[in-house]
Amino acid sequence: MNAVIKRLGDQPWIWSFLAATAVWLMTIAFTGGQGAGEILTSALSFGTFTIIVGLGQMMVITTGPGNVDLSIPATMTLSGVIAMKVMDTDSANMLLGIVAALSASLVVGVANYILIRLLRIPPIIATLSSSFLVLSTAISYGRGIRIKPPVPLADFATVRYAGVPVVAVAVLGLSILLALVLKRTIYGRTVLAIGQNERAAWLAGLKVKSVRFATYLLSALFAGICGILQSGFSGGAALNMGDDFLLASIAVVVIGGTSVAGGKANVPGIWGAALFMYLLVTMLNIFGASPGVRLILTGVMIISVITLAGGEKTSR
Amino acid sequence: MINRRHLRAALPFLSLAIVLAATFYVQPRTMSYFGLNLMLQYAIPIALATIAQMFIITVNDLDLSIGPFVGLVGCISATLLLNDPVLGVLALIACIMAYGLVGALIHIRNLPSIVVTLGLSFVWLGIAVLILPSPGGKAPVWLKAIMSFQMPWVPLPIIAAILIGGIVHVALMTSSLGVIGRGAGGNPKALQRAGWSMLKTKVAMFTIAGFFGVLAGLSLLGLTTSADAHVADRYTLYSIAGVILGGGEFIGGRVSPMGAVVGALTLALAGAFLIFLKISPDWQIGAQGAILIIVLAMRALITSGEARR
Repeated sequence: MNAVIKRLGDQPWIWSFLAATAVWLMTIAFTGGQGAGEILTSALSFGTFTIIVGLGQMMVITTGPGNVDLSIPATMTLSGVIAMKVMDTDSANMLLGIVAALSASLVVGVANYILIRLLRIPPIIATLSSSFLVLSTAISYGRGIRIKPPVPLADFATVRYAGVPVVAVAVLGLSILLALVLKRTIYGRTVLAIGQNERAAWLAGLKVKSVRFATYLLSALFAGICGILQSGFSGGAALNMGDDFLLASIAVVVIGGTSVAGGKANVPGIWGAALFMYLLVTMLNIFGASPGVRLILTGVMIISVITLAGGEKTSR
Repeated sequence: MINRRHLRAALPFLSLAIVLAATFYVQPRTMSYFGLNLMLQYAIPIALATIAQMFIITVNDLDLSIGPFVGLVGCISATLLLNDPVLGVLALIACIMAYGLVGALIHIRNLPSIVVTLGLSFVWLGIAVLILPSPGGKAPVWLKAIMSFQMPWVPLPIIAAILIGGIVHVALMTSSLGVIGRGAGGNPKALQRAGWSMLKTKVAMFTIAGFFGVLAGLSLLGLTTSADAHVADRYTLYSIAGVILGGGEFIGGRVSPMGAVVGALTLALAGAFLIFLKISPDWQIGAQGAILIIVLAMRALITSGEARR
C-alpha cells in the first residue's frame, strides 16, 4: 500500500487530480451534496476545450525552454470564424467548413515556424506577432456577423450521454492517442529528446527541424479543432472566443506536471489541471465570492499548486 | 564581426528613426513640440514597464503579470494614495516587496516564473478589482502636474526616456550589482561558486522590477487621471516586445536598457503611425504585428553571422 502511495506521489500529474478532487469535495460539502454530478458534467464540457489546446501547447512547450505558442487564441478565433462562414448554417457544407478552417490553422502553424526558423525570432515573440496578424484577418473576414453553427455540429458539441459529453470522450481518445505517440513513436521520442537537449538530439541524427515544424503544426491544428468545436458549443464564433485560452492553455500544461524546461510531457496532468481550473471557478461562484476575490483565489491556487508540486528537481 | 555587433546595437535606434521619419512623412504636423508630446506621452509608462520586464528577463525569468500590476498601482494611487497618502505609500511599498518575495519563491522552489507570474496576474487583477470595482478614482494633483509638465524646447517624454534609459544603463551596465545581476542570467552556477548569493540577486532584481512597475503605474495614472483595473493589460506583451525590440535576449542576461526604452518608444510610436496611415481598424493590430516581424527580421539578417560562430 505504502509503495503504491509513494509511486503515485512521484507522478507529477497526481497533484492536479488531488487539487481537482479537493475543490470538488469542498464545493459539494458546501451545497450539501446537491449538484455534485452536474458540476462534474459541466466541468467536463468546458474543460474539454482547454484540454484540446492544452495538448497542443504541451507538445510545443516540451520541445524546450522558450518554446510556447501564443497564437492559439487567434488561431481558434480564425478557425471558428472561417468554419461558421463557410458552413453558413448548412449542414451540407460542414465538411467543407471543417477542411477550410483546419487548413487556415495549418497555414498559421507554417507561418509560425517560418518566423522561428528563418527569421530566428524567439517563439514567444514569433507566435505573438503572428497572432496579431491572424486576429486581424479573423476580424476583417468575420466582420461581426454571428452565424449559427449547423445543427449536427452543435449537436455533436453539446450532446451528453449519462452526463458524459460526447466531445469529452472524443478528446479522451485524442489524449490517449497523443500519449501513445509520445511514448511509442519516433516523432514523440524526438520531441522529448529535443526538449532535453536539442544539440545532443541533433548530434544523434534526429530530425530536429522537421519535428519542431510538425509540433507547431500540431498545436495550430489542435487550436483549429478547438475553434470549430467551441463555435458549435456556444452557438457561433465570436472574435473574443480565444481570449481565455491564452493563459489557460499554459496554466493547464504546467499545473499538469509538464516541465517548462522541456523534455517532460504529461498528458493525464492536463486533464486534472483543466478540471481543477474549472471546478475552482465553480466553487468560488457557488461560495458567492465577488469577482475580485475570485480572481485573487484563482491566482493563489495556481501559485500554491505549482509550489507544492515543486519545480525542476535537478538544477541545470 | 565588430561591425555587425555595432549594427546590432544600433538597430533599435534605427527602427525608431525609421518609424519616426515615416510618421513625419505621413503627418508633417506631428513634427512639432506638441505633436511629439502628444504622440510620445504614453511611451513613458510603457518604457518604465519595459524596464521592469528587462530586470526580470536579465535573470532568465519572464514576468507575465506586469500589465495587471501596473493597473493595480494605478488603482491604489487613484484611491488610497489620494485619500490617505501615508497608507497609499505603504501599500505601494508592500507591492514592491511582494515582487521581491515572488523572486525569492521562484528561486527557492526553483519554479517556472511563467506560471508563478501567470497566477500572480490574477492576484493583482483581483486586488485591483476589489479596490476599484468600476473605472474611477482620481489621480493625485502632484502626479498630474508632473506628467503634464511642459519642458522648454524639448518635450517631456523625450527627456524622460533619456533619463530612464541613462540611469538604468549606469545602474545595470556599470555598477557591480548590475554586473552580478547580468551574471546571474549569464551563468548562475559560476556566480554561485564565486560566492554570490543567487537568492539575494534574484530578490534584488525582482524588487527593482517592482519599483519600476510602480513608477509605470504612477506615470500612467498621471496621464489618464482616472484608474481602471484593466487599463494596462496589454502592457505585459508590450513590455516583452519592447525588451526584445531593444536588442535583449530571453536568456543569458543579455539586455540593453537604452535599447529597451527605445523599443518601448518604437512600439508607442507605431500605434500613432498606424492611426495616421488611416489603416482600417481591423488591421491595426495586424500591422503592429507586421512591424514587430520586420524589425526582428532585420536583426536576424544582421546577426546571422554571429549565430553561426
